[in-house]
Amino acid sequence: MTAALRFDPIRLPPKCEELRKEVRAFLAEEMARGTFNPFKPNREDTDVPEFCRRVGERGWIGMTWPKKYGGQERSFLERYVVTEEMRVANAPTRRFFVADRQSGPVLLKYAPEHIKMDILPRICRGEICFAIGMSEPNSGSDLFAAKTRATKTDGGYLINGTKIWTSSAHIADYMIAIFRTSPPTKENRRHGLTQFLVKMKQPGIKVNPIGQITGQYEFNEVVFTDFFVPDDHVLGEVDGAWKQATSELAYERSGPERFLETYYVLTELVRAVGPTPDTRSAEGIGRLVAQLHTMRRMSVSVAGMLQAGKEPVVEASIVKDIGTVWEQQLPHRVRDLAAFVEETASNRETLERQLDFAIKTAPKLTIQGGTTEVLRGIIARGLGLR
Amino acid sequence: MANTGNAVAESDNIVVETAEKIFADLADPQTINNDKNNSWQAPLWQALSEAGLPLSWVPDDLGGSGASLADGFALLNAAGRFAVAVPLAETMLAGWLLAQAKIASPEGEMTVLPASPKDRITVDADGAVSGRCRGVPFAKSAKHFVVLAHGKDGVAIALVDASKARIESGLNVGYDHSDTVTLDKLQPLTIKAAPGGFDQTAMMLMGGVARSLQIAGALESMLDISVRYSNERVAFEKKISKFQAVQHNLARLAGESAAALAAATSAADAIANAKSFDDEVYLEAAAAKIRCAEAAEKGGGIAHQVHGAIGFTIEHILHRYSLRALAWRDDFGSESYWAVELGKLVAARGADQLWPLVASR
Repeated sequence: MTAALRFDPIRLPPKCEELRKEVRAFLAEEMARGTFNPFKPNREDTDVPEFCRRVGERGWIGMTWPKKYGGQERSFLERYVVTEEMRVANAPTRRFFVADRQSGPVLLKYAPEHIKMDILPRICRGEICFAIGMSEPNSGSDLFAAKTRATKTDGGYLINGTKIWTSSAHIADYMIAIFRTSPPTKENRRHGLTQFLVKMKQPGIKVNPIGQITGQYEFNEVVFTDFFVPDDHVLGEVDGAWKQATSELAYERSGPERFLETYYVLTELVRAVGPTPDTRSAEGIGRLVAQLHTMRRMSVSVAGMLQAGKEPVVEASIVKDIGTVWEQQLPHRVRDLAAFVEETASNRETLERQLDFAIKTAPKLTIQGGTTEVLRGIIARGLGLR
Repeated sequence: MANTGNAVAESDNIVVETAEKIFADLADPQTINNDKNNSWQAPLWQALSEAGLPLSWVPDDLGGSGASLADGFALLNAAGRFAVAVPLAETMLAGWLLAQAKIASPEGEMTVLPASPKDRITVDADGAVSGRCRGVPFAKSAKHFVVLAHGKDGVAIALVDASKARIESGLNVGYDHSDTVTLDKLQPLTIKAAPGGFDQTAMMLMGGVARSLQIAGALESMLDISVRYSNERVAFEKKISKFQAVQHNLARLAGESAAALAAATSAADAIANAKSFDDEVYLEAAAAKIRCAEAAEKGGGIAHQVHGAIGFTIEHILHRYSLRALAWRDDFGSESYWAVELGKLVAARGADQLWPLVASR
């Protein structure tokens, strides 16, 4: 057929279930010691360095990477279990998650050996935080319009320009960014961008926080002024970042974090309606659970394909499209159903506070990490329409 | 049919390969859509029967071809891709149900009763069965009914001569027979106790998964013919596939098709590997029926939108898939029925047991 989309029914192997028990026990311990409150996704303390180090001690950061770089050489399916359990518990993974999912794999593929040996073990130990420098004030979804310049100088490059909407830049130790090293060519407008490793917290970099409609300050403007990056911090081919961008997308787009961001309101809704819900609540919950289950099965299937060495870019884009639209609508559907919850429900206030936050969070979910429009363009290309 | 070649090439399943060859030869969608007398049905059924496909799930010693559950599920998905209007799924389910009670399968078309979780058939002390069942697929063309009946001693499975029952003929939205069957103290040809733990819910879950696989197959074909049409049809001096609005609609159709396929094959895999119809199988099967039914509505709607007026004509093949996918939503419990039941199950287990259920495999 035109689009040979595959979603084989991958099952997690038994060793994943043992790992799941370990992760749940660990998270229960962390909650007990007060590291985080799973019922408060809108807490201020999303950055908890000690927690990250303890996750690192368990070997759960960079767990699929080679042992010589601090990894555990475990499977993508095992990583999947750790990721989903952390996400469902609302654990504060912000500090290490970007490095674990994206930055580490980019370094593994493109960084020189001495940099890999220096940085990857520190990621695995939960010591360092990464940011991703893609968007600019006039370049969002249109990545290849980026203008921040990297000008060749003795032993490296001088960076001038501004990145924006950069999550965690205010706490990040490093950023992986794309900068313009050459103008685009007539034949290829994607030509001329190069991927760099940037050490943050240096003179020449100014990080300005940007307030979000949730009341949080998770993303930033990052201004570079004659900031020096040495030659060995070039990642991959000069002017050829466009060739490197696509294969990582499947990892970035198909994980459980792409449909579980507002999951907590569903749990609390089930608690609020109690063991014998009316028909309306039962039907609403049943549909949401069926949709959730289906997305998870799709997402696990993509993880299985990645483990098998495939590059399911279209399938991954479908997971993110459906997943993010679902997690965006979820707070609104839960709000509909919660309208008839008894005043006496013990968790009523918790649910209301959570809904307030989830409803404010919802708009970003179909924008961050590739908008719905971009994803549907990728899917359309996969279908042979472009 | 454009997807035939690739599906056969990809298939490592001899049952599916055999079926797809037969469908391609005898159930070409355009040919059968032009045939006003349905004269293609008898040769198709004969070919399927000669290949042993309707009794795929019946062991050799009970008269069937003894295929695995997994192979049979893959066959149903293929049947959905061709939207075949013969009682293949129904006869497979009937044979499977008979095999649960170690009853041998007869030849010819069969269907199962009840076809809705709300209908109930009873068996009295003499072994006679009574009850009224609505929406029974292909009852009109079935030679035998396989009946799940409730009696004082529990659940029984019975083989009934269809000509002895009263049948009020009806059609579903896909123009296939969906009839009301009344059994009035009817003596079955054979009746035996169902195995321990087997009940009407298990039968409905199995039927629901069969329909989910068929819906997923129909959606795969709807995506295929919609993409093909959009690459052919010109409007405003370009192919409509070049319009972003059309591309995004087709991307959403691909998403619905993918979701249906993932949900249905996951549920099929769960049943094929499960020892019993436990909560995890219940979640898988109920979720598949709910999600596939939703996809039939959303995806089918997009397929029609892409086709415009031509897809609304009876001459065009699109309705063979779109209407059947909608009709299949109703069999063995609609999505709203299963959503209520799944919601009750989730609520009864409690909030803190929801994630462990979802993440159970």
